[in-house]
Amino acid sequence: MSAEGNGATGWLARVYVTPKQGVLDPQGKAVQQSLHALGYPEVLDLRLGKYVEVTLAEISRESAETRVREMCERLLANGVIEDFRFDLEASR
Amino acid sequence: MTAPQVTLATAHEHGLTTDEFAQIETILGRTPTFEELGVFSVMWSEHCSYKSSRVHLKTLPTTGPRVLQGPGENAGALDVGDGVAVVFKIESHNHPSFVEPFQGAATGVGGILRDIFTMGARPIANLNSLHFGRPEHARTPFLVRGVVAGIGHYGNCIGVPTVGGEVHFDPGYDHNILVNAFTLGVVASDRIFRAAADGPGNSVLYVGSKTGRDGIHGASLLASAEFDAESETKRPTVQVGDPFTEKLLLEACLELMSPAYSEHLVGIQDMGAAGLTSSSTEMASRSGTGIDLDLSRVPLRERVVTPYEMLLSESQERMLLVVHRGSEEIVQELFRKWDLDAEVIGTVTDSQRLRATFEGRLVVDIPIDPLTDGAPALNRPAAEAAEQETPRLVLADLPEPVDYGEALLQLLASPNLCSREWVYRQYDAYVGGGTIVRPGSDAAVVRLPGTEKAIAISVDSMARFCAIDPYVGMVSAVAESARNLAASGAEPIGVTNCLNFGNPEKPEVMWQFQQAVQGLHDACVAFGTPVVSGNVSFYNETEGSSIPPSPVIGMVGLLEDASQHVTQWFKGDGDAIVLLGRNHEELGGSEYVATAHHQVRGTLPWIDLDVERRLIDVLRAGAREGLLRSAHDVSAGGLAIALAECCITSESSARHGARIDLEDGLRPDALLFGESHGRAVVSARRRHLTRLRELADRAEVPIAVIGEVRGQRLEIGELVALGVDEMHTRWSEAFAGLLGEE
Repeated sequence: MSAEGNGATGWLARVYVTPKQGVLDPQGKAVQQSLHALGYPEVLDLRLGKYVEVTLAEISRESAETRVREMCERLLANGVIEDFRFDLEASR
Repeated sequence: MTAPQVTLATAHEHGLTTDEFAQIETILGRTPTFEELGVFSVMWSEHCSYKSSRVHLKTLPTTGPRVLQGPGENAGALDVGDGVAVVFKIESHNHPSFVEPFQGAATGVGGILRDIFTMGARPIANLNSLHFGRPEHARTPFLVRGVVAGIGHYGNCIGVPTVGGEVHFDPGYDHNILVNAFTLGVVASDRIFRAAADGPGNSVLYVGSKTGRDGIHGASLLASAEFDAESETKRPTVQVGDPFTEKLLLEACLELMSPAYSEHLVGIQDMGAAGLTSSSTEMASRSGTGIDLDLSRVPLRERVVTPYEMLLSESQERMLLVVHRGSEEIVQELFRKWDLDAEVIGTVTDSQRLRATFEGRLVVDIPIDPLTDGAPALNRPAAEAAEQETPRLVLADLPEPVDYGEALLQLLASPNLCSREWVYRQYDAYVGGGTIVRPGSDAAVVRLPGTEKAIAISVDSMARFCAIDPYVGMVSAVAESARNLAASGAEPIGVTNCLNFGNPEKPEVMWQFQQAVQGLHDACVAFGTPVVSGNVSFYNETEGSSIPPSPVIGMVGLLEDASQHVTQWFKGDGDAIVLLGRNHEELGGSEYVATAHHQVRGTLPWIDLDVERRLIDVLRAGAREGLLRSAHDVSAGGLAIALAECCITSESSARHGARIDLEDGLRPDALLFGESHGRAVVSARRRHLTRLRELADRAEVPIAVIGEVRGQRLEIGELVALGVDEMHTRWSEAFAGLLGEE
């Protein structure tokens, strides 16, 4: 049975959380400075975020999207200073 | 890229009134540029200009033999002898902390730290005053966790101990919390640096982090406009703090101010609220000079930042310096050694104007005076709210508690009296090794490096009292601070204040403000403690409803001999327990009436500043002569809570019980829980009682032996008999419970 298109299926959500454009990113700045120190002067900018994998039970794609977006807004990302995006992969 | 055209509508969007816009056109003799409008809007905002408060603040006592620097600089400074000075200030970061609690509170700490080391002082102690809404309010636990974590993050990372503070809960702050941060630093008294831009021809240096779009209009919009549903759109103005960069900035600045380099430095100021604009205009204003800035040279974090944004950005961890002509490279070299940007961005002139160019184009050309001393000063109308008849509290209508022990336990576990350990265990209170008394006693005590002396600090507010009567509330808060210091053995020497109020355009808010300032004046005159620094935070209001008047003070005390410090908890069985001061039948405004009867009302306890001063003298003399094994002032929760705290607040697990007998004809609940002023509970060895009595008699302070330190139970007459462990458990576990934690 193919995972997609047949109603309910399990999902792997890959969530990327990054500092908003224009917000100071102290971690990214520190890593960039370290790269410079290690001999990578070509690094012009570096923004450091986090990657979250969320495994979901069998629900519809629509519902998975809504729920994951909600999780991001409520907990995984801080909407005041962070952006997020995610994709969903069907899983068995 | 061209800046928008300026019209009256643009001015209104910047929070300027029609009158103010007309004034600007008169001052300039033309329509301002977009950049100039931005400069006027921040400099004339309440936050920078103190336009509603200036006329009142001028009345405060600000001089004294110890005062090296009063209000008007980055922070105040007091001489503590032996060539050492302490520099301190308290400041609000209320609105940013409500929008983003972690970063808002963190950058509040960062900002107040910069105010201190800008003066050349090394910060040695952080404290804070926090007011949150009801614990049951859905947002409160989130805000408490965020604010506390943010304060801990910044202070712990930069390595300055957080040694004390206060936390209050009240429904009045449900939609507008208060986060006030205090820092104290030490400096050689002849090496205090000021924010001057002397000497036309000298260079203006930008040092620290690069400029981004952080907090544009933070000062004018966030701090000076009420909250409403649209606050969502103000979100991008929140700044993110970087304590590790601030640590570099701190060390670089202090190195610059050391004897090896200081000849190069003319003046220095933190780029705080309204960033480059306020730092440059204020420095020029103090020296009667002008400043030319070349904005093309400002170090940038992003590729495109407009001149308007550069002028108003509130990016953190930046300083503006004026250095002697010819010293630029030496100073730049020093900052680069610390991995910090350092660029010459301008020159001091004798034009008495702020001029800024960007890519060869003149974008700002404004006389300095109208931006600073000549900024609008308002004497806003003030009137007591009409319906504010003091709600009476009729004692006869209040049923006495059925079980006094249970009433005491309830109070110990109440939001405003329970242990704050949940909060302060997240703070590093010992980093630096100078902390003598950490959070949890009447006042924090820190060693003065290089001396035998110590500094005691207490941060206090009495919001519930102020809600009933802002004058009496303010006087009470100052007295409470002074008692806290004296109970620690210290002599109160000076005050900083943070006046948190609602919308000053409302006459009733202005009335509250005036009353509080009058109270601050009267109390500081009585205690001989000059006000050397401070901050006003107006517009603490959401959807038309103001916070209760919430003046906060930070009081600093001096212990000539650090070893004479006293803590509040009982030390050993057999010691006599002594009450200094007199009990009165006063329950008005008390924590007990609020907790047990859910009422904020009544006539506030009578306060006599002369009585307070005499009590302080006895406490200090007792500490100096080594007579006091413990000392604790009687305040929120009354005598019974003070006694319970003496039993359970010990830093070690060695807790002590007490047997107390009170002989007073008062109603038992008023006797146990009333919050009459002018009282302290001390314990002393029996052989010292005679001397203690002499001291009290000489100062005409009533003194009575009311019991003995003994065993593991607190027994008060026939009313209370509780195990020390049971009290400790209820008291220490309550805070986590408020936040819905186990």
